[in-house]
Amino acid sequence: MTVRRKETLAGLLFAAPWILGFSVFLAYPLAASVYYSFTDYSVLREPVFIGAQNYSDLMRDELFWKTLENTLVFALLALPASLVVSVGIALLLNSRVKGMAFYRTAVYIPSLVPMIALAMIWLWMFNGERGLVNELLGGVGIKAPNWIGDPSWSKPALALIALWGIGNAVVIYLAGLQDVPQSLYESAELDGATPWKKTRFVTLPMISPVIQFNLIMGIIAALQIFAVPYVMFPNGSPARSTYFYTMYLFDNAFRYQKMGYACAMGWILFLLIFALTMIALRATEKRVHYGGV
Amino acid sequence: MRIPGASVLLLAVVAASIGLSEHVVRPKERPGRIVVSYWEKWTGFEGEAMREVVDEFNRSQDRIWVDYLSISAVNTKTLMAAAAGIPPDLAGIWDTDVAPFADANAVLVLDELCSEAGIRQEDYIPVYWDICEYRGQIFALPTTPASTALHWNRRLFREAGLDPDVPPKTLEELFAMGEKITQRGSDGKLKVAGFFPAEPGWWNWGWGYVFGGKLWDGGGNVTANLPENIRAFEWVRSFSEKYGSSDLHTFRSGFGNFSSPQNAFMSEKVAMVLQGVWMANFIERNNPKLDWSAAPFPHPADRPDLANLTFAGLDVLVIPRGAKRPREAFEFVRFVQSQKGMELLCLGQKKHTPLMKVSDEFLRKHPNPHIRLFIDLAKGKNAVSAPQVGIWTEFNSEMTNAFDEVYLMKKTPKEALGHVQARMQPKLERYQQALRQREAAR
Repeated sequence: MTVRRKETLAGLLFAAPWILGFSVFLAYPLAASVYYSFTDYSVLREPVFIGAQNYSDLMRDELFWKTLENTLVFALLALPASLVVSVGIALLLNSRVKGMAFYRTAVYIPSLVPMIALAMIWLWMFNGERGLVNELLGGVGIKAPNWIGDPSWSKPALALIALWGIGNAVVIYLAGLQDVPQSLYESAELDGATPWKKTRFVTLPMISPVIQFNLIMGIIAALQIFAVPYVMFPNGSPARSTYFYTMYLFDNAFRYQKMGYACAMGWILFLLIFALTMIALRATEKRVHYGGV
Repeated sequence: MRIPGASVLLLAVVAASIGLSEHVVRPKERPGRIVVSYWEKWTGFEGEAMREVVDEFNRSQDRIWVDYLSISAVNTKTLMAAAAGIPPDLAGIWDTDVAPFADANAVLVLDELCSEAGIRQEDYIPVYWDICEYRGQIFALPTTPASTALHWNRRLFREAGLDPDVPPKTLEELFAMGEKITQRGSDGKLKVAGFFPAEPGWWNWGWGYVFGGKLWDGGGNVTANLPENIRAFEWVRSFSEKYGSSDLHTFRSGFGNFSSPQNAFMSEKVAMVLQGVWMANFIERNNPKLDWSAAPFPHPADRPDLANLTFAGLDVLVIPRGAKRPREAFEFVRFVQSQKGMELLCLGQKKHTPLMKVSDEFLRKHPNPHIRLFIDLAKGKNAVSAPQVGIWTEFNSEMTNAFDEVYLMKKTPKEALGHVQARMQPKLERYQQALRQREAAR
């Protein structure tokens, strides 16, 4: 055996646990779900091949479109809001103030709260009758809506809840902000730039790759929203205004025993996320500056 | 090669914890006994009641040992375990699971075992037996049943100038009494309500039955938009028209979980609710001072034949296909079906029994002062259970949504139910066609 072959073999051996795990727990299920998406499969019986019928049924399934619409509307509400708020907070947390470690921790801690606990807490916070949010709004004279019971306010409520978990994004922005070379600010100051101009023309372009990264991760997370609405809004109530794509997928798979249909939904979601990621990449391409290049 | 002491220690700790966890998790060997694994949905006092029955059974003989495990989402997990070929020997699921599980070939037919054990239809209250029998075969046997009745708050009746001993007999009276009881605060917000159909919201699919309708003809037709069902949803909408749908919704959002002291009825925010036989127990725990009573749910004034309507629900035991010890599992089922086993279980869970025969001791010991009412309602001719159709979960989700849309006044009853009809009819046809094809192939 040549040294090269020996090395290859050794490399494969070292990687074997991962390769094995990957094939059993990822590659095989993925491949199987492609196949199942073309079958009538109730899990308990052998799948029956039915061609593209699941896909054509989905195109005619109004609930599929309704849940897709709900999901996209939520993403449109939640994404820009969390992007702006998390960049804003990161900028604040990047300033030199006493006790910064405390503020940074305080911003990050909420994202450690488990999803289910989060949902239960917000259920009470947004309570239309005695919720803390409405008490506060009422205190300043705003007649607040019934967030959870009113179909037109349930999605904005969820978008606000999504802000609760921006700690992760903020940490990433902070790392980006600390990488902005001081020399750029110094030269901007020499040119007489105001703080706003420094932020607009130095900071934001310099952290644009981080913004792009968070945008794409945000798209993926928003389209996969599941746990919080599943706990807060049984059956996607009120009137299915919070019935999201993944909830319908889950119901088909595990409550209606339509695993084939659910697999088809999963792959459509994958393609959608893939397409949106590509669009986001293209659209931001010209505006993203890589400092090192 | 030098092995650092720390690594050795770490390895030892890992090995020890694996061994220890194995020891904790693995079911105890029962020398000389056949172990039956049993998955059940209950927790808390309901779980304890079944545990007592299991212990009693394990003590009563020395051949079989039932290993009782309380498990969440027991129906889905049983189904997945059956698909993987490693189901429990016995599973406690819900009434509405019987049809889809039977259609999916996920549970064993129990006819033969029943006749061997002398378990007979005539020993059971008909509505509960019918839940277990599907397409002419027995797929399940009862554990705890529950029927429903109108519960009313006598104090709120008195305060509104109503006779606390006279509950409404008709839906018209229910509405009128509700008007009298309703109180609004100085800010116009609802403080106390008489009755409204969304509380507790567990039988939103069923209001059509209260008006003589039904959702399925027992064969190939969905009947969601029958005139009776539409009339029922018009009745539902009349509450939103009277009190304002957003006011009702806001009011309702102030209530806590069912079993908490913030429950609408127990916190004396709503004077009349449709509730099950279990309610007395929760009242006792959350608000023992509540002055309440129970009576049959009202009927439409022009349909006296619909008096004494009750929603009958049932928890059931099934033996999943692929169970390793079905006969031994059935031995335990048989024990539960005996009058002694059943009364021990149902008394522990504060429900009534599904058996026709009830001991005096059971009635005497039962904490619900109206236990006879619930038994009589279940035995009556207007005991209603959810349609025994394989697509019910999805159907129910559509009905819940239709109720929401009517209640929020987003759609008329006719539109909402017409929509359910148009959506579910083709689904039922497809489901039944696939079922026929599979059966022909077998």
